[in-house]
Amino acid sequence: MTGAVNSWMPDLVVALVFITYCMVMLLSFGGLLTWVERKQSAVMSDRVGANRAYLRIPFTNIKLVWLGLFHGMADGLKMLLKENFKPNAHDKVGYFLAPFIVFTPVLLVFAVVPFGGTLVPGQLVPALAEWFGTRSYPMQIATLDAGLLVVFAFSSMGIIGAMLAGWASENKFSLLGGLRAGSQMISYELVMGLTVLGLILVYGTLDLGDIVRQQSGTLGGVLPAWGIFYQPFAAFLFLTAAIAENKRIPFDLPEAESELIAGYFTEYSAMKLGLFMFSEFIQIAVVGALFTTLFLGGYNLPFMTDAGFLLPGGREIALSQAVRVPLQMLTFLGKVALMCLLQIQIRWTLPRFRYDQMLGLSWKLLLPLSLANLAVTVLVVWLVRGGQ
Amino acid sequence: MGTDRQSDAPSASPAAPRRSTVRYARKQYWNEPEMTWYERAYLPEVLKGLAITTGVFLRNMGKWLTGRRGAVTTYYPEERRADFAPRNRGKHILTQRPDGSPQCIACNMCATVCPAKVIEIESGFDPNDPAHPKYPVRFEIDYSRCVFCGLCVEACPEDAIRMQADVPGLVSDDRYNMWLTMDEMLTWKPQQDVAKPYPPKPVPLTRGESARRGRDQ
Repeated sequence: MTGAVNSWMPDLVVALVFITYCMVMLLSFGGLLTWVERKQSAVMSDRVGANRAYLRIPFTNIKLVWLGLFHGMADGLKMLLKENFKPNAHDKVGYFLAPFIVFTPVLLVFAVVPFGGTLVPGQLVPALAEWFGTRSYPMQIATLDAGLLVVFAFSSMGIIGAMLAGWASENKFSLLGGLRAGSQMISYELVMGLTVLGLILVYGTLDLGDIVRQQSGTLGGVLPAWGIFYQPFAAFLFLTAAIAENKRIPFDLPEAESELIAGYFTEYSAMKLGLFMFSEFIQIAVVGALFTTLFLGGYNLPFMTDAGFLLPGGREIALSQAVRVPLQMLTFLGKVALMCLLQIQIRWTLPRFRYDQMLGLSWKLLLPLSLANLAVTVLVVWLVRGGQ
Repeated sequence: MGTDRQSDAPSASPAAPRRSTVRYARKQYWNEPEMTWYERAYLPEVLKGLAITTGVFLRNMGKWLTGRRGAVTTYYPEERRADFAPRNRGKHILTQRPDGSPQCIACNMCATVCPAKVIEIESGFDPNDPAHPKYPVRFEIDYSRCVFCGLCVEACPEDAIRMQADVPGLVSDDRYNMWLTMDEMLTWKPQQDVAKPYPPKPVPLTRGESARRGRDQ
């Protein structure tokens, strides 16, 4: 009996630890990005940014301001305590479900994204060696062959939530917002899928962990073999489509407040509204993680593999697991953070498109470009592999 | 994007007859922006814009990280700006006689002219000062309603009320903290103020001096 328990208990524990790590990471990214967005937009427009909320240590007059970090906390508290107002004519089931349908897939997408290399707990912590034996785990919640397909399957579920929210609130602005969200997200979903197809051809796999491992080599002996160097064009198209998927400026037509109040979540209040906003911020991190994984070599630094560094000159630097695992996790977090900063920078730089321009950009420009990119990739891959 | 313009060439000249096949042609202006192919490609211009904003971001961030302020903001209640225009109408001052008593004779003209009705004066009688027997016992201004129009200053026959350039720092949770009493307005000590002697010393204007002034200007 003990043997039977020992066969699945370590797997379960590792899976739970990974899931907890990912949830905590994503939620704290979502919380921190509200602060980062405020501060970054302030700094790039000569302002100070939110800096007044504070925590007072009880019985003292010491106020902790910490550069306005507690504004996010104040917002969360406010949203939890607000009246949960519902419009009279709303559709009860749809109205209740929509925020969760928007929020959950954003978290689920992360299940297939690898956030570190292979972990051998038995080697890392000698005290656990007996229990874990020589089992090794790729640091990824679900090691799926269909990883990239899962990403697209879940991220297109967000469309349902947005459209459902717009329809169920019985408000014309919401309905218009929901319609806009539906057409916009479906258009850009298409572009996103087509751009990633080229990458799948290059790497020959859908498993995100395998894609990252293939990116740890070198390209032409100098460049790291990152996806962005194989498919620079696809990287640009993917980022554009991903920002459009996220419905943020310059693509925030579904929630354009000058035209539609708040679009499909006009009639939402309290924490349901909070869920919509929070999922938007988490999606920034998820888009950053996907871009990192597909185009920026994932959790590896340049020229780094699970064994250590293999520099272009032929020098090798071996890394022990105790150094490698934290290094890989930190690298991943750093790359994701940089991508988040880039997205926020784009959001505060570009003006909004008009609605027809936004759809025209997708169908007349990005879609043909991604098809062309795919065609060229097919041709080159076919030639490189000897015309077979 | 600019790629969605219906037609450039045919409708460019306003005199050309409108063809029936063109259902809608946007009005062409004389200063219609001409975009080059480079600008139409959109991406280089996006990168240019990003470079500008990132440059500003890095400059300001560098200032913040080296302990300087990377913003033009003044932290208002804690900090006051020093660069008010000298003629700015801010907090009121009650001017004083050389002995320190207020110049005000409690005639109520400022309170009468005040459009917001924020000035309250209670007058008293002082038999020991035959030149100015009437004086203010209480002189209060409700700054929560004051519109800073300066009419009180113009109405005063005694030059007893003036306005300084700085605005009063009255940030408060409670509107009753925004009443200023006479003590708080008798802040200007003209005896110590060398730059602005009060009462103003008459400047002797001799004939030659005024002539010289006229020539200088």
